[in-house]
Amino acid sequence: MSELILRLYIAGRTPAAERAIRNLERIVAESYGEDAPACAIEVIDILERPQLAEDERILATPVVIKKLPPPVRRVVGDLSEREKVLIGLDLKEY
Amino acid sequence: MSADRAAAAVSVPKLATGIAGFDSIAQGGVPQGRSTLIAGTPGSAKTVFAGQFLAAGITGPREPGVLVTCEESPDDLRRNFQAFGWDIARWEQEGYWTFVDASPAIELDAVEAGPYDLGGLIARVKGAVERTGAKRLAIDSLGAIFSRFPDVRQVRWDLFRIAAQMKRLRVTSVMTAERESEYGMVARHGVEEFVADNVVILRNILEAETRRRTVEILKFRGAGHQKGEYPFTILPEGGVVVIPLSAMELTQRSSQVRITSGNEKLDAMCGGGIYRDSIVLVSGATGTGKTLMATEFTSGGLVAGERCLLLAFEESRDQLIRNARGWDVEYEPAEQRGDLLIRCEYPEAAGLEDHLVRIKQAIDTFRPHRVVLDSLTALERVATARGFREFVIGLTSFIKERETAGLFTASTPSLMGGASVTEAHISTLTDSIILLRYVEMGGEVQRGLTVLKMRGAAHEKSIRQFTIDQKGMHIGEPFRGVEGILEGHPNRVIGHVG
Repeated sequence: MSELILRLYIAGRTPAAERAIRNLERIVAESYGEDAPACAIEVIDILERPQLAEDERILATPVVIKKLPPPVRRVVGDLSEREKVLIGLDLKEY
Repeated sequence: MSADRAAAAVSVPKLATGIAGFDSIAQGGVPQGRSTLIAGTPGSAKTVFAGQFLAAGITGPREPGVLVTCEESPDDLRRNFQAFGWDIARWEQEGYWTFVDASPAIELDAVEAGPYDLGGLIARVKGAVERTGAKRLAIDSLGAIFSRFPDVRQVRWDLFRIAAQMKRLRVTSVMTAERESEYGMVARHGVEEFVADNVVILRNILEAETRRRTVEILKFRGAGHQKGEYPFTILPEGGVVVIPLSAMELTQRSSQVRITSGNEKLDAMCGGGIYRDSIVLVSGATGTGKTLMATEFTSGGLVAGERCLLLAFEESRDQLIRNARGWDVEYEPAEQRGDLLIRCEYPEAAGLEDHLVRIKQAIDTFRPHRVVLDSLTALERVATARGFREFVIGLTSFIKERETAGLFTASTPSLMGGASVTEAHISTLTDSIILLRYVEMGGEVQRGLTVLKMRGAAHEKSIRQFTIDQKGMHIGEPFRGVEGILEGHPNRVIGHVG
């Protein structure tokens, strides 16, 4: 099974950022259950590393970028809307 | 001047933008460490203004700047700004110029799944400013950010956070915003709510089929500025150039030194010549001798060892030289000596603002003692009434400021008398007015001349006849016993014997 890499960019540990982290972890776990692919969720705080936000040209936060598998997809928000996260990250195929 | 400076000292300090003319109407520049909103309709040169604010900071005081571009890509801007001579790529390498690229791209499209804010943009702007030690920030444009994010309130709050952050970092910023109409609300999306303190409006008005650009400082909180609209132009080699009309008028001095008009009799009529820093308007119908008077004025200056700048908008250089030769004046030797500069241009070749800036550049490069413009009427054709008046104000005050003498010609539409449109518009702006008229008397057409006005000096009031031959203009005796010459209806007055 192919590798799944999700990068979650947050601007400080705000309540929205905490929610986004929890929501993303839950969505990935619930979607795959036992069949979860080798999954990595990287949380990046751009207040500490603004250059990474520059590289990805990020405006809105929180934002999750699916780096692998292709195609690259972005979803912004606290990821509270589960269906949209699944569609946005194109995760349903798994 | 000193009063202005005293007033500025107690108010918010200013940062000189370096944009030509703007700092003059802004009485020093934009408020330092604050945000200034630059609002304008599409095509009003907001992006150029924003770019120039940074470029002038780099070429002037060597202050690093950050441009947040929300609409055009950095590549497009590098290319567009190259046209103004700003080498963005080099400045980027040197660390003076930094882009924060917030322009849209398909690969950056994102699905929205819950509330979010512009934390990414805020962090990037702050990061770029801190990393480069930027003193200036420009955001172009706020409207482009609003159009991409539906939550207007959130965007407004985030932009306010950026403005507040810049204030803490003591960075002076300009932010551009879109307007829908030239005279309406300041900007869309209610942006003035968070950068309300300082507002500059750029306009690009279509008036009588002519485009006119103006800049108006609507408000600077706690700081002075000139009020009203000022024309500006955009030059390929320098960007925005504002023409600060009233600011210049204030600094005019008045000279008591007199110089020759190039014609002894005319000097006598003027009470001993014209003032060195005065502007003479010569008005008359076609063929009355306006160009001849301009030629004698030029020649008089050249003989006295003065440099003359001849601005011709009606005739070619060859034609001018031929005309002058017909009156026994040789231009070419003076040109070769470097005492005479002839510039011939089509009035239609540029907008009036552009003509004005070019003329000013020519004056500052050549440093003439005399400036001749033949004719104003040709320029009036290509401008609106207001634009023309501003041109004349701008030119006269610029010439006088340099203690240079000016002679402008203007044509009257009717052969016999009558005021020209030009006269009506600018007669109050010139110091002296000389009228040349055809006079029909006893079945023949003669020429008459009078000094209608001469600021600050006594002058002869009579109307004298004059003739023209290969030696130039010969002013004769006054018409006596005739009235109505200026109106074009001369009548012999019964009972007067001439």
